[in-house]
Amino acid sequence: MEALLSLIIGLLTACGIYLLLRARTFPVVLGLSLLSYAVNLFLFAMGRLAIGRAPIITPGAAGYTDPLPQALVLTAIVIGFAMTAFVIMLALKARAELGNDHVDGTHEPKKII
Amino acid sequence: MFGGCAQCICQVICRFCQTGDGRCHLFAFICVHLRLNVFSSMNHLVIAPVLVPLLTGIVLLLLRGLDLRWRRGLALVSVIGQIVLALLLTRAVADGTILVYALGHWPAPFGIVLAADRLAAWMLVTTAVLALFALAYACLGTDREGRHFHVLFQLQLFGLSGAFLTGDLFNLFVFFEVLLIASYGLLLHGGGRLRTRAGLHYVVINLAGSALFLIAAGIFYGVLGTLNLADLAVKVAAVRPENLPLVRAAGLLLFGVFALKAALVPLYLWLPAAYANTSAPVAALFAIMTKVGAYAILRVSTLVFGTGAGPAADLMADWLLPLALPTLALGMLGAAGSDRLRIQTAYLVLASVGTLLAAFGLGTAAGIGAGLWYLPHSCFAAAALFLLADLIARGRGDLADRLEPGPVMGRHWVLGVLFFLCAIAISGLPPLSGFIGKFLILRAALDPGLAAWVPRAVLAVVLVGGLLALMTLARGGSLLFYRATEQEFDPGAQTPPPSGAALGLVAGLLALGVAMTVWAGPLSDYTTAMARQLLQPSDYVQAVMGPNRTD
Repeated sequence: MEALLSLIIGLLTACGIYLLLRARTFPVVLGLSLLSYAVNLFLFAMGRLAIGRAPIITPGAAGYTDPLPQALVLTAIVIGFAMTAFVIMLALKARAELGNDHVDGTHEPKKII
Repeated sequence: MFGGCAQCICQVICRFCQTGDGRCHLFAFICVHLRLNVFSSMNHLVIAPVLVPLLTGIVLLLLRGLDLRWRRGLALVSVIGQIVLALLLTRAVADGTILVYALGHWPAPFGIVLAADRLAAWMLVTTAVLALFALAYACLGTDREGRHFHVLFQLQLFGLSGAFLTGDLFNLFVFFEVLLIASYGLLLHGGGRLRTRAGLHYVVINLAGSALFLIAAGIFYGVLGTLNLADLAVKVAAVRPENLPLVRAAGLLLFGVFALKAALVPLYLWLPAAYANTSAPVAALFAIMTKVGAYAILRVSTLVFGTGAGPAADLMADWLLPLALPTLALGMLGAAGSDRLRIQTAYLVLASVGTLLAAFGLGTAAGIGAGLWYLPHSCFAAAALFLLADLIARGRGDLADRLEPGPVMGRHWVLGVLFFLCAIAISGLPPLSGFIGKFLILRAALDPGLAAWVPRAVLAVVLVGGLLALMTLARGGSLLFYRATEQEFDPGAQTPPPSGAALGLVAGLLALGVAMTVWAGPLSDYTTAMARQLLQPSDYVQAVMGPNRTD
């Protein structure tokens, strides 16, 4: 199971980075989302994968999963959700201001500042 | 004192209910609990610099319908309060004690701790003082250009204070995110084409950096089982050999994230556009934002990956100096090649980061102390030049801050003198603080205990960079002031001369530099003591983890 999860995290990261480098605002937003999925899965997996263990204190439980990575992932998800909402609005504003959806505002290479 | 009073009152009240039933026991339990939690020996001064801007931001958000003058007043009072708190905290830690505040009374490493040592207090004072000047300038008109400026400003200070005070790696991530999202809002405040484009680049690269931060924090937790910085210091020193590559990878990934925040080569390309195109008070406040990255590098590299960290020792220190010197060089070259004053100032901020990290990269107490002395100077000087560039841009109409001869500005005499003083401060000429900062760094680089290439490289790059900065600023001043032409008086096109208040703020920031020069001796002794405290992480670890966990 660890191999499958590692493969998925790697695949999500690769796709996220590829989209991030696409230089158009919507693929960039998608790339950031995929990267955040990969990172959240990675954080969750840091608590070591286990099947059937209790997450909260239960009488008669055989063992517990690590609750701290779950708290970390929740925090990361919430922060990521707010950041994604913000970057989507910023991409729309950039589309309106710059006239196209290229991240540099122009398709030709040109001085940025 | 408070604890004793509360206990006294509880005992008196308890004596009145002479019955032996459960109510009295419950009341006694509550009293004891109250005494423990509210009036305990934990010094609430540590969390006050974090809470005050947060509460002010919330209050300003709830009162957003209030008249702007009241909101400005509340924001200014809050920042003055933060300066007072930071100074009180400095006085409390000046003798070397490290104040630890366990949130929720959970002991480290199970809970999140805030730890205030000399470095944290120094950064808090610098931030609060800089914020006062930036906020005062913003109250002169910039805060009207968009909505929620004051809320974002207070939340930015909340994020900065928390980042400087926290002792937990994931809490550092959370505070980084808070200060980043507030900075996105502040950077984009007022809108505009160039600002939006620069803002988009800034946001995307910082979001990618946050993802890397999480990966590094995750690796630390997965391999070592803790996220508390002091506990990480203990555990990294005792890491098993098969986990060492992972720990080193995580440490360098963390260094990469902080290098992105600090705009170290090659991760600096976002800085010139972002700082040049934003509004002036925001650019002035952002002078401290790169220093957050430098602070994080210093904290993690001395505490977790210091010289006592066994096989992972000096992990970041090996990369710091070789990357800081090119940053300084590229910053100076960029400043020389820029055609607008604000871009030039942004590149000079980059160069100041390079100088700062070169001082940190020396690794000795003298070097780190010199860097810490240089840090507030570079913040105040860069902020002064950003505010001055804004005043110059407003006074020249269409030409704005382009480095071309233009019409004579209103009050050009005062602007010229202020520009002259800023140029002296930034390029490092005596008698202002830039000279003393550079002198301290160069003297620390001449330490015989360092490798042979270090003094040669540092002296060469810093001195040639200073010469380049001097030539660049002299050329800029000459184009803007000496070669300004008297044009026909046209009442329609005349922009109002800069207000006395705005000029006073720029002069105030320069006066801070003068004050740093006058008290350079005591301040540099203090920063050297700060550096020595950092290079002895066992004090910090003992203070956070308790005296029996120093193995």
